[in-house]
Amino acid sequence: MNIHEYQAKEILKGYGVVVPRGIVVETVDQAHAAAVELGGGTVVVKAQIHAGGRGKGGGVKVVANPAEAKEAASQILGMQLVTHQTGPEGKKVLKVYVEEGCDIARELYLAMVIDRANGFVTIMASTEGGTEIEEVAARSPEKIFKKSIDPATGLMPYHTRSIAFALGLGGDASKNAQKLIAGLFNCFVECDASLAEINPLVITGDGGVIALDAKMNFDSSALYRHKDIAALRDESEENPLELEASKFDLNYISLDGEIGCMVNGAGLAMATMDIIKYYGSEPANFLDVGGGANAEQVENAFRLILSDEKVKAMLVNIFGGIMRCDTIAEGIIQAAKAIDLSVPLVVRLQGTNVDIGRKMLAESGLPIITAETMSDAAEKVVAAARA
Amino acid sequence: MSILVNKNTRLICQGITGGNGKFHSEQCQAYGTNLVGGVTPGKGGSEVLGVPVFDTVDEAVKQAGADASMIFVPAPFAGDAIMEAADAGIKVIVCITEGIPALDMVKVKRALSGRDVHLVGPNCPGVITPEECKAGIMPGHIHKKGPVGVISRSGTLTYEAVDQLTKLGIGQTTCLGIGGDPIIGTTFIDALSLFKDDPETEGIIMIGEIGGSAEEEAAAYIQANIEVPVVSFIAGQTAPKGKRMGHAGAIIAGGKGTAAEKMAALEAAGVTVVKSPADLGKAMAERLS
Repeated sequence: MNIHEYQAKEILKGYGVVVPRGIVVETVDQAHAAAVELGGGTVVVKAQIHAGGRGKGGGVKVVANPAEAKEAASQILGMQLVTHQTGPEGKKVLKVYVEEGCDIARELYLAMVIDRANGFVTIMASTEGGTEIEEVAARSPEKIFKKSIDPATGLMPYHTRSIAFALGLGGDASKNAQKLIAGLFNCFVECDASLAEINPLVITGDGGVIALDAKMNFDSSALYRHKDIAALRDESEENPLELEASKFDLNYISLDGEIGCMVNGAGLAMATMDIIKYYGSEPANFLDVGGGANAEQVENAFRLILSDEKVKAMLVNIFGGIMRCDTIAEGIIQAAKAIDLSVPLVVRLQGTNVDIGRKMLAESGLPIITAETMSDAAEKVVAAARA
Repeated sequence: MSILVNKNTRLICQGITGGNGKFHSEQCQAYGTNLVGGVTPGKGGSEVLGVPVFDTVDEAVKQAGADASMIFVPAPFAGDAIMEAADAGIKVIVCITEGIPALDMVKVKRALSGRDVHLVGPNCPGVITPEECKAGIMPGHIHKKGPVGVISRSGTLTYEAVDQLTKLGIGQTTCLGIGGDPIIGTTFIDALSLFKDDPETEGIIMIGEIGGSAEEEAAAYIQANIEVPVVSFIAGQTAPKGKRMGHAGAIIAGGKGTAAEKMAALEAAGVTVVKSPADLGKAMAERLS
């Protein structure tokens, strides 16, 4: 789960991470008042959306006084902000964060992730702050310094010390940076984060170390033990169809193609998308109905897929393991009768009770195109979409 | 032969009195698995499916001679269940549970390293040695004894591959789903090295998916160590960047972990990589002939 910058900074403050003073606002007048409250001098007005690259997209403006802050907020609030992470449609800005300016001597990069290759929380740091880290990783990977933290010891002083040295820090800056790294690590572990990224991490002229930006993602499997973080979820940032699907416990991702898919199991669902492409078309979605789907869930999945106007044909691909094909057939028949089935439907059933399931579909009188194998199903659904 | 489980395996189920645990324990029994008991704290002394229920895994090991466990315990308690099994001396732990917090698995994985124990999963369909032992939720009837080992990060896609093999008359030594989470016990390389030491495994199907670099690492291992033919498919060739495709691990992050990179690495290692998942069985038949 993602949260906004201003929320991440609020959490980090509680772990001793130094962040600039700031106020989140939703109107231009509030932006003006916030700039006054922050001292009336230089402030930064920052769009709050769940995506990086906001500055390049025009969502971050440095201004000299409250009147300019108001003007900047009026440009940013309500804009459709497009960055390399939002997709071409962009994201509408509903909140801006007004933050005091700071004296920047150096801009560094600091992040923490769970490294799946070794199974440890790994700290990444670089002197190349302020830019996109993907570019640094591609251009000069040696400039990214990594330290993996063994959970048997947790964070040790030598970890933070070596990072400070790698960043070329000495004196107060080194001390402050090590304190910040330790705070960020404690926050990461205690809050079950999956990503924490400070870019840039600023070194000020007098050796202060400040998190100028903060991006945090949390492990959704662990939210049950962090009610306070779960409450920070901003549903306005999510795709409406995906949000709807999550309410029905369906795993749905909206895509750009024309073939709607309903599949059981994430791997098979991805493979189904791939085989549609292989036969010359594009999937409109990823949808995993899960292992224990019942007739009602099948109906919900149908509604969701057919509510997408791009869908020209629909493919159901089920490998019944524990889930029986007759249960799925019943769900399909029920859904097709309850919903106006406006596009061709291809169904491929395989596995447990497949003969009963196929017979039920054949006898239902519904205009269902059946298929034996995955390739047969993909060929038929692509042809049906073109017809 | 086979890997991990066979007809001598003495399986228990942790969480046997829960809905899923009971249902699947019964399915495993029906397949012919030697289920010797179950564990549910507080229900020790009772009986389910004709086998004894114990309060602790330790008792199940000492009293019923258990050497493998299948875990259906809910996610918040699953890390604890895995460690309980390992500390009791269970050698093969199959964790079916989905949604275990990643940082719980970071600790578990570290604690298991260097120990003589195999953890399969979590978030996986389990392990089956056809006609001998099923420790998992896969449909038993699609499997058949034979020469091919199957390893996969996904459940139903594994069934798809197995079904294609069986329909072509090609059986399997052992099939295992290693799970779709970022932190898992048995990795592709661990499973490959087990198959390497199994003289009856004459071919291996390895099904990967987008995210991480496990397939690239497996490719290097195959090139250096595996002599039998390997056939592979990578799910998610059409998945866009930054979208998590169901499995917690299936995401192309920072431009890394794409299907194209994985397919290229495997091909370079001499693996037959099929573009269509419908061609897995056929490709293995060709490599074996």
